[in-house]
Amino acid sequence: MDKKAEKRRGIAPAFRGLKAAFLDTVPVLTGYLVLGIGFGVIFRSHGYGVLYAAAMSIFVYAGSMQYVAVDMIVGGASLLAAALTTLMVNARHLFYGISMVEPYQNVRHKPFLIFTLTDETYSLVSHREGVPAQESPTRYYFFVSLLNYLYWISGSVIGAAIGAVLPFSTEGIDFALTALFLTIFTEQWLSGKGHGPAVIGVLCSVLALLLLGRDDFLLLAMALILLLLWLTGKREVARYE
Amino acid sequence: MNKPYVIAMIAVISLVTVLLRFLPFWIFGKKRAVPPFISYLGRVLPPAAMGMLVVYCLRDVAPLSYPYGLPQLIACAAVVLLHVRWRNTLVSILGGTAAYMLLLRLVF
Repeated sequence: MDKKAEKRRGIAPAFRGLKAAFLDTVPVLTGYLVLGIGFGVIFRSHGYGVLYAAAMSIFVYAGSMQYVAVDMIVGGASLLAAALTTLMVNARHLFYGISMVEPYQNVRHKPFLIFTLTDETYSLVSHREGVPAQESPTRYYFFVSLLNYLYWISGSVIGAAIGAVLPFSTEGIDFALTALFLTIFTEQWLSGKGHGPAVIGVLCSVLALLLLGRDDFLLLAMALILLLLWLTGKREVARYE
Repeated sequence: MNKPYVIAMIAVISLVTVLLRFLPFWIFGKKRAVPPFISYLGRVLPPAAMGMLVVYCLRDVAPLSYPYGLPQLIACAAVVLLHVRWRNTLVSILGGTAAYMLLLRLVF
């Protein structure tokens, strides 16, 4: 086979993979652009321009934490306080890592996939039924991760560059991310492999929220979820051992 | 603006975030076979984590004062109903978001 035909054969599936990933990430595109622009605008209003916004989005790449980081930088918080706050706010990423250890065992670009595992990327790649048929999971993981990363960086750079909110009202558009999580939650519920974990996730989180309030409830929620999943899963795990 | 301070802050926050993301893979990913409990969590954590994320997104809803969380509640119901009916992710998300934005502008 000549080189050209070989090349074409490689490009077509890659393009198909990119298209599938793009369609699935449209909600993230909307949410990340708006939230990213918001971050860039706020950061710039405190005197930090495009370079700083880009650096933060490239190296941290964690939405809610970046908003918190602006407050801390402006308030002159200590490095230790920044480290501890990050630990609290981003501890949920441990969850995502734990559940992707197996799917990501033999993938290409593994460090990149792990580095870019945000809430939104996780919601798409963890939902294995969501990987289109005939699509290689590895390629799908890579394109979803890459596109989301680029959306977020673009958003924050745009925000820091123009330094003003969009000329039309985008109030409420960030609901797209809530809707994304809820849609995948519903899809997993409907695909029916036991509703226990879903119920555990919601109830533990609501309980922790009522007990500790909006800022501190995630760690408790995660501990409760792990405890209940461990208790309900003991027998099932024993069967594998 | 204190340049070294800002750069140090970004570096620290980045380092801790990266650490949290890589830690599970360093601990459980090294062995040939993934431990059974981790394999089990890989199956049951995604739905539990999605439930947690939905609650996390709605953590600022105040059900006891106007508008009593109604915009979020109605929009969430729209997402679920659309999804049960069509099973199309994009339709559910765009429909729910449009409903929410319209509710904020026209009703509440």
